[in-house]
Amino acid sequence: MSRTLTDLDRRTVLGGGLAALAAPALLLRAARAADEPIRIGFPTPLTGPFGAEAKDQVRCAQIAVDQFNAAGGLNGRKAELLVRDDKLNPGEAATRTLELIEQDHVACIVGSLSSSVQLAVNEVTKARGMLYVSISQSDTITEASDFGRTTFHEALNPHMTAGAVARHVFKPGMKVAILLADYAYGNEMAAGFRRAAAAIGGVEIVLEQKHPFGTADYSTFLPRLRSVKPDVVCICNFGRDQANSIKQAVDFGITRQARIVVPVLLYNQRLAGSPEAFEGIVGGANYYWTIEDRVPSAKAFNDAYRAANNGAVPSDYGAYGYSGVRLVLEAMRRAGGVGTDAVVRELEGYHYDTCKGPETMRACDHQAIQSVLILQSKAKAAMKSAADLFDVLAIEEGSEANLRSCADLGHKT
Amino acid sequence: MTSARSEAHEPTRAQRWRVPLVAAVLAVLPWIAPSQALAVNILIYGLYATGFNLLFGYMGLLSFGHAAFLGAGAYGAGIALARFGVGWFGAIAIGVAASGLLAVLIGALSIRSRGIYFSMVTLALAQLVYYVAFQAESWTGGENGLRGLTVSSLRIGPLSLNFLDPTIKYYVIFGFVTAALWAISRLLNSPFGATIEAIRENEGRAQACGYDVRRMKLMAFTLSGLVCGLAGALDALHLSIVPIDTLYYQTSGLAVMMALLGGAGTFLGPFVGAAIFLLIEDSFSLWTSHWQLFVGAIFILAVLFLPRGAWGTLVAWRADRRA
Amino acid sequence: MEIDLIAVQLFTGVALGAVFVLLSTGLSIIFGMLGVVNFAHGAFYMTGAYAGVFFLALTGNFWLALAAVPLLIGALGLGVERLLIRPLYGRGPDYPLLLTFGLGYVLVEIVRILFGTDGVPFETPALLSGGIDLGGLGYFPAYRLFVIAVTAVILLLLWLLLARTRYGLIIRAGARDPEILSILGIDIARVWLLVFGLGTGLAALAGLLAAPMRSVNPEMGVAVLVEAFVVTVIGGMGSLLGGAIAGMLVGIVVSLTALWMPEMSTISMFALMTLVLLIRPQGLFGRGLAR
Repeated sequence: MSRTLTDLDRRTVLGGGLAALAAPALLLRAARAADEPIRIGFPTPLTGPFGAEAKDQVRCAQIAVDQFNAAGGLNGRKAELLVRDDKLNPGEAATRTLELIEQDHVACIVGSLSSSVQLAVNEVTKARGMLYVSISQSDTITEASDFGRTTFHEALNPHMTAGAVARHVFKPGMKVAILLADYAYGNEMAAGFRRAAAAIGGVEIVLEQKHPFGTADYSTFLPRLRSVKPDVVCICNFGRDQANSIKQAVDFGITRQARIVVPVLLYNQRLAGSPEAFEGIVGGANYYWTIEDRVPSAKAFNDAYRAANNGAVPSDYGAYGYSGVRLVLEAMRRAGGVGTDAVVRELEGYHYDTCKGPETMRACDHQAIQSVLILQSKAKAAMKSAADLFDVLAIEEGSEANLRSCADLGHKT
Repeated sequence: MTSARSEAHEPTRAQRWRVPLVAAVLAVLPWIAPSQALAVNILIYGLYATGFNLLFGYMGLLSFGHAAFLGAGAYGAGIALARFGVGWFGAIAIGVAASGLLAVLIGALSIRSRGIYFSMVTLALAQLVYYVAFQAESWTGGENGLRGLTVSSLRIGPLSLNFLDPTIKYYVIFGFVTAALWAISRLLNSPFGATIEAIRENEGRAQACGYDVRRMKLMAFTLSGLVCGLAGALDALHLSIVPIDTLYYQTSGLAVMMALLGGAGTFLGPFVGAAIFLLIEDSFSLWTSHWQLFVGAIFILAVLFLPRGAWGTLVAWRADRRA
Repeated sequence: MEIDLIAVQLFTGVALGAVFVLLSTGLSIIFGMLGVVNFAHGAFYMTGAYAGVFFLALTGNFWLALAAVPLLIGALGLGVERLLIRPLYGRGPDYPLLLTFGLGYVLVEIVRILFGTDGVPFETPALLSGGIDLGGLGYFPAYRLFVIAVTAVILLLLWLLLARTRYGLIIRAGARDPEILSILGIDIARVWLLVFGLGTGLAALAGLLAAPMRSVNPEMGVAVLVEAFVVTVIGGMGSLLGGAIAGMLVGIVVSLTALWMPEMSTISMFALMTLVLLIRPQGLFGRGLAR
């Protein structure tokens, strides 16, 4: 949009004749906009360690777009998904987002994985009044300093997942040790456990062992962890770090004396690790396909996914992709247009159910209040199929009580 | 190591016209490139590779730690903007100064070693800078990156420019890059340029001729750092964030790849290399997620068959025809 | 209590050091003998782990994979030297460095195409699974003790090869003065070819041995490349003994930092390297070679 306007400005300066020519062009463009597709920019890390998650996000986002179009679109206006590889790199993501806004004139941005990349996309969208629905865990993005009027966070955040897992596992009298990656995301997860432990009462945090982000060998952090004799070890890291640290903790006999819990237990990461290494580990998740037996919208989503993907089931991050795109398209339909202000008004306080039961978009910080699943990784012998990875131990329904208050996040209330 | 590069001497007339030439090409770049954001990246990384080339191509020192200078420029400018509310021009100046200081420090430590050891020392020191920035979260934002430095308008005297407009942003950055290239070109045509090339060709002889080799090396190192710092500061303004990846050793590798693809030791080579690299990456990554396969293969082929790089080969070919 | 912990930490550091030695030997051999900085070292390491995954799926036998993988990737190394590196000799050390830098990208991407981006599980071989109670030192995985033993055997064999055989003599002479060897009628190109194959085979073996300890994924070599550099540079590039001592030193420093300043444990490695380089630019045991 901005590029068209500058072209126009320049022509106006050049002379009245040219300006007269440009005016009808603008009218023409406005008329054409009605049947131009609604473009949704979708940056996601197709390259890099989370390529499998990213590809599933794309598949699921496409389902949401197809369903929207099959239902007639926005008064006949169809939606279109523009997928861009952000390479899990914040600089790359910022460039791609600029392109999507300046070149492709998208109506909104949905996507990205990892806290740093989301924050980069958000910095660009926020300055340009562009809608952004972020679909990966972060506590920072809804805090007042990063939050923008057009920022929406459909994913869970570390505070919610760590809290839910803690409320399920921690019992008074327990000794808890935390192993955390020393960066914002690790500290956020650890803080979630700490706060939940304090709320439960009688839970003693005996050790917080930090490790550098991106560590491959955890042997040097385990002796102290073992020496404090915990009942529960909370491992607060992500991706490769999680796979390596769990595997080595098991090798060094941590599970002989303690239970290992993690804030997020991802479908694809469990596939990349072995059932033996993950056996019995408890963690939180936004989605797991077997909830379809009790959540109708999950059944509908799984069926749509199965139909499009030869009977396969969607992953947790895939569900975020679906939910994020569907959420914004629904809001546009209800608003009757793609105008940012109208869509933001629709989204604030919005009650919806895309694929995991009821959710609410909290008005003050734009965080989706939603359920957290508590999963436990199955033993190899108990798996009935290759996709049968977890038992659903519990579903903690979404409640504002489990979120940090908007005042805590620095928002004016 | 230098035989291929030393022949690629450009004729003087070309030396005089090289900056206007590159400026003319860059002036129309946003209208040719796939997107303006990409065009800005070509400006910034072209300048970064040019800065790196001052040391690698002209002085013969292969640094594997130039990410530190790009990063120092970016963080310097970014922190000035985000934490201290300094104006945009002041922020750029602070970024360049921070980078220059770091270059003096790292340069003084690393020019004591030679050859591969020089590469390793620069790599190690740059990794140290990376980890320090990673840990200093309250200053740099740590792994989340530095945010909150969006500059939406530039005040230049009575004028106020909308910096969110991609075209205006491009030409502002274009102004800085062209000015820097002009300064570098002047410098290389000065006795200083001749001296560092003499040191590259034969360090012992240069020493015997009475040149203070270590001082010259440190000066070249610092200048190289300053130029990369300017590129970093401009990058911070362009993206409105500073990612921690800016400091990672792969960013250092990027400068090496770009300089080599275009032609190390030629004035315009690194710029051409940056453009080739970014265009390949941009177009291939739209088409396949396995773009790194092609980037890697092209790089291998370039090392094997085009050791002078794309531009360097062109320059040498023209020189041959003249001769 | 703290004293016990320090003892455990020292032991863990030595064990970790053995892993570092294992990771860096291939890099060190190739640099020491050829003067080539193999930036694809991490990629060869990763390829070794994946070749192990492949062999294990094919035969189900870890020991067979242990024998086959170094040979297979060593052969790949021979091909790389013959086709890609050899044309660059005489152009100075930065060209092989740059070529292997590009090669690393290609190898990683090929593995991503063949095996996916996610990483794959790798079980500890049944014979070595579980752990051993080392009394005051606590419970230690049996597999890690095995890796330490293998590393010791590899170092011993390499030393025997270099110090006690005719071939080793030729290799060492080639590293000092290739021209003399040519004058003596020895085919130096063949020596370099085999040394490169040996180095890549060792990298692959390290990757395979690391697979049951760390997870197997396409990026597993990135950190290892840097770690191997640190160890090799501290030890002095090209020195087998230096590499072994530096590996242990790095392991112990990392381990003790992990005890007292855990968030600094990765930095400690680079700080140590910087310190060593400032005092002895050629590393602890390096010859002052100015190639």
